[in-house]
Amino acid sequence: MSLYLLAILVAALSGVPGLVTQKSGAKEAAALMSTSALLGILASAWVLFGASESGNSILMLPATALISWGLVSFDPIAAFFLVPVLLLSATASIYGIGYWGDHQSGARQVRFFLGLLAAFLALLVGATHAFVFLLAWEGMALMAFVLVMTEDREPETRRAAWIYLVCTHTGTLLLIGAFAVMAGATGSFAFSELPQGFASSGRGTAMFVLFLVGFGFKAGVLPLHFWLPSAHAAAPSHVSSVMSGVLIKMGILGFVRLVSWVPDPPGWWGGTLVALGAISGIMGVALALGQHDLKRLLAYHSIENIGIILLGIGLGLIGKSTGQPALQVLGFAGALLHVLNHSLFKGLLFLAAGSVVHATGTRDLERMGGLGRLMPKTAAAFLVGAWAICGLPPLNGFVSEWLIYLAAFRGLALSRWGFPLITLGALAVIGALALACFAKAYGVVFQGQPRSDQAAQAAESPSTMLVPMGILALACAAIGLAPVLSAAPLDHVLSMLAGNGQHLPTLGSLAGLPWLSFLAIPLLLLGFILWKWAAPKPYAKEQPTWGCGYTAPNARMQYTASSFADGLVQGMSWVLWPKVLGGRVRGFFPFPRRFESHLLDPVLDRIADPGLRGTAFLLSGLRFLQAGHLSIYLAYVLLTLLMLLVWMVV
Amino acid sequence: MIHDILITLTVLTNFTLVATSRVNKSIQVAAFQGVLLGLLPLTLGLGFHIHILLMAVAAVVVKGWFIPFLLRRALAKVHIHREVHPYIGYTVSLMLCALGTGMSIVLAHNLPLKPGGPFALFVPAALATLFTGFLLLVSRRKAITQVVGYLVLENGIYLFGLMLIGDMPLLVETGILLDLFVGIFVMGIVINHISVAFDSMDTRQLAELKD
Repeated sequence: MSLYLLAILVAALSGVPGLVTQKSGAKEAAALMSTSALLGILASAWVLFGASESGNSILMLPATALISWGLVSFDPIAAFFLVPVLLLSATASIYGIGYWGDHQSGARQVRFFLGLLAAFLALLVGATHAFVFLLAWEGMALMAFVLVMTEDREPETRRAAWIYLVCTHTGTLLLIGAFAVMAGATGSFAFSELPQGFASSGRGTAMFVLFLVGFGFKAGVLPLHFWLPSAHAAAPSHVSSVMSGVLIKMGILGFVRLVSWVPDPPGWWGGTLVALGAISGIMGVALALGQHDLKRLLAYHSIENIGIILLGIGLGLIGKSTGQPALQVLGFAGALLHVLNHSLFKGLLFLAAGSVVHATGTRDLERMGGLGRLMPKTAAAFLVGAWAICGLPPLNGFVSEWLIYLAAFRGLALSRWGFPLITLGALAVIGALALACFAKAYGVVFQGQPRSDQAAQAAESPSTMLVPMGILALACAAIGLAPVLSAAPLDHVLSMLAGNGQHLPTLGSLAGLPWLSFLAIPLLLLGFILWKWAAPKPYAKEQPTWGCGYTAPNARMQYTASSFADGLVQGMSWVLWPKVLGGRVRGFFPFPRRFESHLLDPVLDRIADPGLRGTAFLLSGLRFLQAGHLSIYLAYVLLTLLMLLVWMVV
Repeated sequence: MIHDILITLTVLTNFTLVATSRVNKSIQVAAFQGVLLGLLPLTLGLGFHIHILLMAVAAVVVKGWFIPFLLRRALAKVHIHREVHPYIGYTVSLMLCALGTGMSIVLAHNLPLKPGGPFALFVPAALATLFTGFLLLVSRRKAITQVVGYLVLENGIYLFGLMLIGDMPLLVETGILLDLFVGIFVMGIVINHISVAFDSMDTRQLAELKD
């Protein structure tokens, strides 16, 4: 426990040396953040693998004030979420040495606020009192706002940061309301189990809806996701990796905490989460397909993965409300493991994307290409991340999606509702589209010929940027190859999510995790053979990819990012409404033509933006109230006072 | 008995304030009102406790001497003698003031206050003074007359606060001192900034600041 608090403190102070010394402080920040991560992960391992509660008494040495007042507690949920928080912060911090060097604007600020962000995130996972929770929540939101604002000279960045700030504050407002309703039921702002039957009452419903929207904003659940792509794209890449890997997961942490408080969730709670998860997952990946900006593409995939996590939580909740422990264990375990997995591989992908952006100076997919030869290590890291995010064995994405699949199949047999069926369909569609999307992303960025001079002159990133990617890639592989390791920690967390007096079966007895390891060995062997077989033969003539056998192929004949995805985007144009400009070529000797296609965000660009503009226009009718005369303003005060007095009398 | 007379005089000074056009006179009357209110705590039969004495002295000095002194000094600098063309004319102001006073009495009788207190006239007088202050603030153009309006408004609040003096004198004192501080501060800024930025003390100029 005190290790946990020490880790928070070290993380918070990691950026301070850079502020006070002449030197840049990047290495000091990375060293401190890594120390913090080691401390925190040690503490987590102690709690998650500790056989008994008394096992961690060594760490409990002095009961600090925060704990004795019941404000913070390092329970299994906190321990589980702390691992990605500190791991990702540490890798981002190491990565920052090379990526956001001192010649970049505001390098010291980025380090300082990244440290604070990690500290607030770490505090948030252990908060067991509404005030501490909200404090850490706001701290996290503001630090992230400052970090997104790093390149504030760009108007695009300012817009992204403001949208993010508005969204996060709306969410916090709703959370304050939700905690107030909850405190009304339990009688205290400290987190505790809600009374039996409260969840089904009208106020329980209000609480759930407030939590759903409040946490949904942070997690980026589909209709509330619109801050996410632009904020992730605008932030420096290592910050994006923390935001996408950990920050949006705090919304999921909220849902998980909520599940642990409610002994008897009504069935429709789980159903809502499954429905929202299916929409987020499918729409997220469909929107990702049409993006031209590498980081926006990854950001839409975060929405997709939040959808997958929600599918798992939703199934688990259905299991809890209908009293089916197997469904509960598999659903929650899949969701929780996917939280960890997604932060590992999405962090990895954002770091690899950052490395590409660092080398080429652009985020535009249409200006990349052929980087696999120039940056082989980055390409390998990106491939590992892409492989994992598509849910392919033998990496970690497969394990968690497999658990959710298992939950859905169990549910199909046990439940009379259609939600397991929705889950199965959604997961299948998501998996297929994700594969298509990453085939596009990897192919366009790393394969083929360079599409611009910057891409042709790219060089491999320094080792400070490659090592963090390597750490995350190894973590992905470790969970994928030995998923058994995750069973005991997950059982610890699941015991907190059980209803009162309920004994859950262990994950090991339901999922057969060791078999995945056995399966992985022949798969790796097969992959190795394929690789050897596909390696260039000595007699092969070197030709550009997609050269189509022309005599003088050039880089412009390749597939572009748009054309690669065009078939799927056109097929889904009834939901995506791509905006296409120009492009039709007529006649035998056509003139040069331009073609552009954009995928607008369905919520931000089609609903929120016009809606807010309309509201602003309507409200401008009230501008006459601002007359500019002091006397008239004072008259308003007088009128208000009079009305209040009259209202009191009548 | 004496406090009733003081309160009646206070209400009468309200009428003088809204009807006068000379700036100098309105400062004088406001100072007189301040002195009346400053003396009021001594007549409530609460004895001559140190808190009460301190409050009376502070109120008389600040409201009766210090602020009027500052206002007169400002007046001497800017050579204004009359409030010409107020937003609301003097006759109408007088009628509005009378209306406000009458309404205060009606309101005070219907407000859900603790019944049977010794201060039957306090609430209506306080409300009437409050309205008068607002009336001055709203209807006058010159910043300096508006400061007088603010002072009167302050007096109304002070009168309201006096009802609590027996129970919590320290609270009332600190509240009053804080109010005065803030009031003088704000109005000092207003006067100073208008005269610096626009070379005049007419608050109409401030309308240029709106966006």
